Amino acid sequence: MSQLFSKKNKEALTSPIGMNNPVTVQVLGICSALAVTAKLEPAIVMGLSVTVITAFSNVIISLLRHTIPNRIRIIVQLVVVAALVTIVSEILKAYAYDVSVQLSVYVGLIITNCILMGRLEAFAMTNAPWPSFLDGIGNGLGYALILIVVGFLRELLGSGAILGHSVIPQAFYDAGYLNNGLMLMPPMALIILACIIWWQRSRHKELQDK
Amino acid sequence: MATKKFRCKVCGYVHEGDTAPAVCPVCKALASEFEEMGAPAKKKLDTNSNVYTLVYAAVMVIVVAFLLAFVNSSLRTRQNENIKQDTKKQILAALHVNNVTDVNAEFARYVKADRLLDADGQLGETVPEADFATSYEKEVKERGRLHVFECEVNGEMKYVIPVYGTGLWGAVWGYVALDDDKDTVFGVYFSHASETPGLGAEIAGQPFWDEFPGKRVLDNAGSSVALGVMKNGKVENPASEVDGISGGTITSNGVDQMLKNCLANYMKFLTIKE
Repeated sequence: MSQLFSKKNKEALTSPIGMNNPVTVQVLGICSALAVTAKLEPAIVMGLSVTVITAFSNVIISLLRHTIPNRIRIIVQLVVVAALVTIVSEILKAYAYDVSVQLSVYVGLIITNCILMGRLEAFAMTNAPWPSFLDGIGNGLGYALILIVVGFLRELLGSGAILGHSVIPQAFYDAGYLNNGLMLMPPMALIILACIIWWQRSRHKELQDK
Repeated sequence: MATKKFRCKVCGYVHEGDTAPAVCPVCKALASEFEEMGAPAKKKLDTNSNVYTLVYAAVMVIVVAFLLAFVNSSLRTRQNENIKQDTKKQILAALHVNNVTDVNAEFARYVKADRLLDADGQLGETVPEADFATSYEKEVKERGRLHVFECEVNGEMKYVIPVYGTGLWGAVWGYVALDDDKDTVFGVYFSHASETPGLGAEIAGQPFWDEFPGKRVLDNAGSSVALGVMKNGKVENPASEVDGISGGTITSNGVDQMLKNCLANYMKFLTIKE
């Protein structure tokens, strides 16, 4: 049991949440971070789905890693991810229809998410299944964390709501407060993301480029 | 039991026995440095050869294809049932019947018949329950069938008309419930495949739907469909037009076009007054 959570494995799980975050440090998955963060709820759903899919595709690729021909490895990875996502979405359609309706928009975004390809290529191709699984979970959670922060800020400032419930009191609007419609536009996600990266790098000197 | 042979990888010493020795008697290497001889001498496949690559790709594609086909065909009936139930739920939502648990029972309670329009715009043939359609775009374009659901809410007759169109990124669709004067909107339901969350996707929300009840479908002359969605703040005919979603102009226009195009097919039905 102690081996399952050795120092190296723990690091595979925790470092992507902070110092090696897939979005802010590895700069992966930016496009979907822009697309789904106008509201908090889709950001959470997307974060969780990416976590699950990254973890399992990491395991599958890690199991296959010795057999995959080097020249077509990216295609193999893509096929594995696409097949996995399709099967999961088919199963959801049959057994959890409401969830699948919620997710339908994201299925395509999950397949093309560069975090998946990035982790498969950088980690699963050279590591055993269990560390790969942890790496997938860690990176998924790191991605989810950023999405949730950005989604929270955009929904709060853009729609004055959190998870669809209005939180800004009517008195504020009466006093002249306006929702910032710009927050709902994709460019604002980029600006918020840049602020997070700025904050993180100013606190951690080792992340700064020379 | 035949004895196996183990060879020390460090010095080449060969040991005979059931297992590798704990320590190599020649070079003192540990048991982990021994490998079994004879039996599967770990054939190193050349994973870079063209043949291997081609075979790998072919096998992978076939396996995945079968897997997907299998999953799809084994789950299809369940999925179709879910889609039917979801369609029924949407029709009920247009009638302001929400939070249903037993969809089929509630649907049977409110929706009296699924009728098709005949050439004169009169309600004709009744579609049997088993033939319940889920894509009304296909029904119109491929089979030329115009559906009208005859419903009864609180003892009053309502008609539900399915509508379909395109938004910014993909399909939008909905159901429009009319009072029995075939002109006043009783309720609507809209949904979409992939509109932008927070902007166009707002068409699938109660605040937007609540703008519709009481609006009139036809213009004053009764000759064309006036019900529509205008850009926010540009409503000129408040009897029939509603405010669009700000920031979701293309989706709002899509809904506007959808209402005008689909309801226009029903002109004959809408203008016949009993």
